[in-house]
Amino acid sequence: MALEFYSTKLADALNWARKYSLFQYPFVTACCGMEFMALAAPKYDVARFGAEFPRFSPRQADLLIVVGTITEKQGPILQRIWEQMCEPKWVMAFGVCASTGGFYQNYSAMPGCDQVIPVDVYIPGCPPRPEQVLDGLMLLQEKIQDRTGWAQRRQLREHEAVVKAKKGHLPVVG
Amino acid sequence: MSQQIVLGVPTAEEFDTEEDLPTEPMKINMGPSHPAMHGTVRIVLTIEGETVKEGDVQIGFLHRCFEKESEYATYTQVFPYTDRLNYVSPMLNNVGYAIAVEKLLGITSRIPERAQYVRVIVGEMSRITDHLTCLGAGSMELGALSIFFYAIKAREWIWELLEEVSGARLTHSYVRVGGVVADLPEDFAPKLRTVIGKVRESMRELDQLLLTNRIFRDRMDGVAVVSAEDAVAWGWTGPTLRSTGVDYDVRKDHPYLVYDRFDFEVPVGSRGDNFDRFAVRREEILQSLSILEQAIDQIPPGPILIDDPRVVLPPKSEVYNTIEGMINHFKLIVDGIKVPPGEVYSYTEGGNGELGFYIVSDGTGRPFRCRVRPPCFAIVSALPALLPGMYIADIVPTFGMMNMIGGECDR
Amino acid sequence: MSARILDRLREQFGEAVRATFSNHGDECAIVDPARIVEVCAFLRDDPELKMAMLVDLCVVDTLGLDRREGGRFEVVYHLRSMASGRRVRIKALVDEGPSGANPEIDSVVPVWRGANWFEREAWDMYGIKFRNHPDLRRILMYEEFVGHPLRKDYPKEKRQPLVRRDFS
Ligand code: SF4
Repeated sequence: MALEFYSTKLADALNWARKYSLFQYPFVTACCGMEFMALAAPKYDVARFGAEFPRFSPRQADLLIVVGTITEKQGPILQRIWEQMCEPKWVMAFGVCASTGGFYQNYSAMPGCDQVIPVDVYIPGCPPRPEQVLDGLMLLQEKIQDRTGWAQRRQLREHEAVVKAKKGHLPVVG
Repeated sequence: MSQQIVLGVPTAEEFDTEEDLPTEPMKINMGPSHPAMHGTVRIVLTIEGETVKEGDVQIGFLHRCFEKESEYATYTQVFPYTDRLNYVSPMLNNVGYAIAVEKLLGITSRIPERAQYVRVIVGEMSRITDHLTCLGAGSMELGALSIFFYAIKAREWIWELLEEVSGARLTHSYVRVGGVVADLPEDFAPKLRTVIGKVRESMRELDQLLLTNRIFRDRMDGVAVVSAEDAVAWGWTGPTLRSTGVDYDVRKDHPYLVYDRFDFEVPVGSRGDNFDRFAVRREEILQSLSILEQAIDQIPPGPILIDDPRVVLPPKSEVYNTIEGMINHFKLIVDGIKVPPGEVYSYTEGGNGELGFYIVSDGTGRPFRCRVRPPCFAIVSALPALLPGMYIADIVPTFGMMNMIGGECDR
Repeated sequence: MSARILDRLREQFGEAVRATFSNHGDECAIVDPARIVEVCAFLRDDPELKMAMLVDLCVVDTLGLDRREGGRFEVVYHLRSMASGRRVRIKALVDEGPSGANPEIDSVVPVWRGANWFEREAWDMYGIKFRNHPDLRRILMYEEFVGHPLRKDYPKEKRQPLVRRDFS
């Protein structure tokens, strides 16, 4: 019992650390990228939320921000980038195009990037205002803390299955 | 002078010969997800050592079917789509499209003067944001991150002002067929004057940081030189064409709106290299600032929409109180503006060059064909020919100064 | 002044210029698609016209537009002279071959290099085959795409996905 108590606390501490040190990978494709620039620039300063550092390598990032329209031609690329990221990872859909396809309903635009990758936070707006994005980022931080992100939920699920299989095994922190 | 002799180790010069370091041609991918590839472009490079032998530029990753979508939208509904063509200067696209439809309707000469001035003002503001983004992002890709912050800071001031005018920071949809949707806010003129001063100040800072910066100049000077004949043959327009010394600017050569009333220069380059493309854009910002100053002095009072019930929505008081007003409103919204059959090619100076709209109408409220002539499509199409012989590091500034905008290039 | 361009064209090519008209200040000539390269080279090289720049090349699918006969697809060339600033629009009407084969026309890449990508786009979007084009591939869509999306008979929302999510 005591051990479980400490490991849960440790997980909380870990998640606290995670949520304030998000290394983001901006997958910038379209107009929302302009708003993304404004977000990174001094006035809105996403650095205040511990997510200022864009890593242009998916292997070093744990937050994938899908900024802009995803087309059918781009789908395989996006999926591959997501697969290259290390667990646990989170995905943020920036703008209506990335969330649902927005007002592009046609043969080329994909109706939302969740057709190919799982998304944790959807930010509406065309483009969303930087304030909105910051709000979305805070929502994501809450999710990370509560362990309700997609990757975390899956880990939890898998872990429970393992525990069920071998009763008495120590819980894995995460 | 004593020279140190180390036996058995060849000097650097000896290493530099071809026999010592044989290289095999190798294929690498630049993009589609690469920080310097605005939007997403994929360049499949065949390299030998650091030198590019061949490059295949693949675009189309942001094909959002502007042309197909607009065939299904009424003439007014196309405006939001035009915003997202060149999303760094949405107002210029709005204006370009509106002018094309007005030409087809035959009402160009009846657009109120104030509306024309407002269009010039918002358009030039957009041009400044376009060039600022290009300069800022271009220098960021060369490692000068602080320039990016200076440029974005200046862009933010203009966006705030445009937000006051149109209600949106980026996707304005402010222009309408027959004028603009709303008048400028009351204290716009003094605010614009302040912003102009602040942007000028920012430009001075930018100059100090960049123009004599050795690293910056080394990577820009003499890279990707294009001759005037080549540029014309490739169909280049806008700042990139002017950098080669051709002084073609739609605003001067085929004046539209009230551009013939302003006193401004068309900067041209002398060598056609990356630095010239940078310098032309930089100078154009200053020219646009001066156009803005003149426009804000000259702007007359008056209506901002043409007085024509076939084109313009009736005022809300009429819509709610009279049956004619309501029917008119309903017709315009549902059926769209009835444009007589015909076709027109209309061109304006966009952020990257000649932005053309070729509209074919079949007499209904929706365009039969709405073709946009994207300036940077022609510009980027020259990239495969420029690549051979370049170093990999040169691709970044060359591509940056072409200012490819995904939304416009791929539509 | 501009009408002079059309006169020159008619003088030079006679029957090959099928019609000329101008509206909204745009001069337009419809020419025989078989002689398009000749016409374009003449327009570029003639010392009086010197249309050095191909501003735009696009296609109009006239399916459902009862405007003119003689070809379903209009290949439209917009030209500009750098010396005089005059413009002209050239059109060539092409039709699908028997049993729906792709329409064909000669490429103008030898005349203007800039036509390269524009023609690739026309092939991609409308399926016009440009003979002698150096590298006629799809440009905006992916190779796996079937059909030519901007044709009037291609449904707007017919997607052809490459990948979809296949995990829980
Ligand atoms: S949501 Fe709007 S602004 Fe963002 S990429 Fe889509 S169209 Fe552009």
